[in-house]
Amino acid sequence: MTTLPDVVRGKRSPAARLASVTGHWAVRFALIVIALLWLTPTAGLLSSSLRDPADISISGWWKVFDLNGSFPWILDPDQFTWSNYDALFQNEQVMDSLLTTVLITVPATALVVFVGALAGYAFAWMDFPGRDWWFLAVVGLLVVPIQVALIPVAKLFGWLGIFETTTGVILFHAAFGLPFAIFLLRNFFAEIPRELLEAARLDGAGELRLFLRVVLPLGGPAVASLGIFQFLWVWNDMLVALIFADSTNPPVTVALQQQVRQFGNNIDVLAPGAFISMVIPLAVFFAFQKQFVSGVMAGAVK
Amino acid sequence: MPTPTTTPPPTGGEPGQTPAPGQEKAAAAKRGSALRSRPWLAALFLLPALVLLGALIVYPIGYSLVRAFLDQDGSGFAGFDNFNEVFTDDTTLTAFRNNLIWVIVAPAVCTALGLIFAVLTERVRWGTAFKLLVFMPMAISMLAAGIIFRLVYEQDPDRGVANAMWTTVHDTFVDTAPWPEARPRPDAPLRASGDGSYTTRGTVSAADPASIPLVGIPPRETADALPAERAAPGGKGEITGTVWQDFVKGGRSEHGVIDQNEKALKGIEVEAVRDGRTVATAKTGADGTFTLPAKAEGAHLRLPGSNFEAPYGGVDWLGPTLVTPAIIGSYVWMWAGFAMVLIAAGLAGVPRELLEQARVDGAGEWTVFRRITVPLLAPVLAVVTVTLMINVLKIFDLVYIISPGATQKDANVLALQLYLESFGGGANQGVGSAIAVILLLLVVPVMVVNIRRLRRESRR
Repeated sequence: MTTLPDVVRGKRSPAARLASVTGHWAVRFALIVIALLWLTPTAGLLSSSLRDPADISISGWWKVFDLNGSFPWILDPDQFTWSNYDALFQNEQVMDSLLTTVLITVPATALVVFVGALAGYAFAWMDFPGRDWWFLAVVGLLVVPIQVALIPVAKLFGWLGIFETTTGVILFHAAFGLPFAIFLLRNFFAEIPRELLEAARLDGAGELRLFLRVVLPLGGPAVASLGIFQFLWVWNDMLVALIFADSTNPPVTVALQQQVRQFGNNIDVLAPGAFISMVIPLAVFFAFQKQFVSGVMAGAVK
Repeated sequence: MPTPTTTPPPTGGEPGQTPAPGQEKAAAAKRGSALRSRPWLAALFLLPALVLLGALIVYPIGYSLVRAFLDQDGSGFAGFDNFNEVFTDDTTLTAFRNNLIWVIVAPAVCTALGLIFAVLTERVRWGTAFKLLVFMPMAISMLAAGIIFRLVYEQDPDRGVANAMWTTVHDTFVDTAPWPEARPRPDAPLRASGDGSYTTRGTVSAADPASIPLVGIPPRETADALPAERAAPGGKGEITGTVWQDFVKGGRSEHGVIDQNEKALKGIEVEAVRDGRTVATAKTGADGTFTLPAKAEGAHLRLPGSNFEAPYGGVDWLGPTLVTPAIIGSYVWMWAGFAMVLIAAGLAGVPRELLEQARVDGAGEWTVFRRITVPLLAPVLAVVTVTLMINVLKIFDLVYIISPGATQKDANVLALQLYLESFGGGANQGVGSAIAVILLLLVVPVMVVNIRRLRRESRR
């Protein structure tokens, strides 16, 4: 620490300094090993997705490296082929399922953000009887497991005629995304300086205008966090889609899940399929890490 | 995705956006008087949210609470029969037990790893890159993670990387059989002698080097072996001999004779056995020859079964005993990053001076970690653990995808059982609802804590 005088630092014995240097290298080495360990499963999927089905069935994906050669191992690019991906792009079912995923994810995300922002604004800046109690009730719903709703909502959707439709999936996701959305946005909106809102009021802005023109733009960071969070959550969902989506035109998670039953013989379909389904979430993750992380933190830590 | 467990949050947006504490408090105080009293407008703003929450969360809770006490087709009152079945039926009991293992083990392991990673990355310049890598699996679906780990856990060590690593480690410490496929021809001077071993029909003498011909090895495996050598008679009464592959691909081979181009079998253990007791042992060299001491004179030679054991096939990761730990492993891969990021944020708030002072006072790193860092982080660790527990309670996708059909019942968890029971052909929504109610009851304490915290905060 810079606040410590150098005299104090100088007190450390040479042995202690040596220990700290070796400790440093040990830490680095350990982190590299852990990083490789963490990367290996994904590398396996990627490598498998790029290999010929005949190769997949007789040898491990790591055989794309020449393990007998000297370290660092040489990657043998001849073993890679785009044929699995070509086949996948020709596969209409898979392409349709990706489209279905988009058609579910985008509206579900927009709905949660918009409806959540409306309610969050009302909880933060509008006056109505029992406001705090209503908000407590919403907070109570934060941890309700979706399993509680599966059977009743299936019945309800059946009665409404939207069981096994994209609409049903969207509504279900919207409902279960809302408690977090309201909670997050209300707390963020509440911190907007009151003077700003009052000034807008004096200028004659109505409630809706205030919401659309002042609160929503100022809430940008929180809205972005929420949107990314919700987008990933819906894109990656399998259980809700398994029950509520149209089984003849399911989103990509369910389409791949149907393939898992024959696991072993269809890695040439599963591996590239899984990888394609990961591309969008990973792109979103890398593009908006900061917002994603702050969304995660808002969810868990004070 | 993580479910919030505490309130109020923080900031929502970027850390820099948080107003100063005084300002925040003032805003909170003023908010009490709100802006304008127009309840009908507020109702309009709240309406969409309340309709969705009411119809798809609140009403279903009530429905499930009632449905759990009705029988299979929902027409009659069943009392506690459904709950009774959950706790007596073998299938659901297994699911319940596994859920318990999950809730105890997975959050603990994730939090412990997250803490270690967070502390280690603090001192490395590329710590951020490391964190990004470990956090990345959180962005992908559990389905994709499931497929990834189905590949990792494949049984065949030539296909599954877990077993490839494991067998490599295993074979480093345990000798492996050099020639698992080798066996004698029926007309060879060897007979099977139990436990996969072979014994010579005749006895050996120093004057006459022994010939032990074997076949059955794929030629490509001996491509690099040296040609077999006829052993010279040993000096000082030593017994010698050769073990070789009595076969030439595409060539002429006389049975029992070392022909040209026939390959030596290296590393085979040869025992001299007299009256059922092993008197001496030797191993064949690169040219296939071996030498036994003189006391082996007149003994039978035996090739013990360990020479021919099938190679070690690795661990049955997705078999009945290991399937749950294996799937928990995949969960840890996904969620340790979550714990790490939250703990790292907490760590950033630990006063540096305190740590540095302790170090200057002569405390070792371990003591600093145990006595200062961990106690200061305790609240964060608790929040992370509870969040993960709630998440793990509902674990479904990973178990459904990774466990193969044969061991799905061994890996079963409550959420999977609910799905199978209500939608997967079980057709008993009474029991399904009972499971749902149990899951709900298990999160009620967290719900209460959340609400009480919020009330305390707003009163302040």
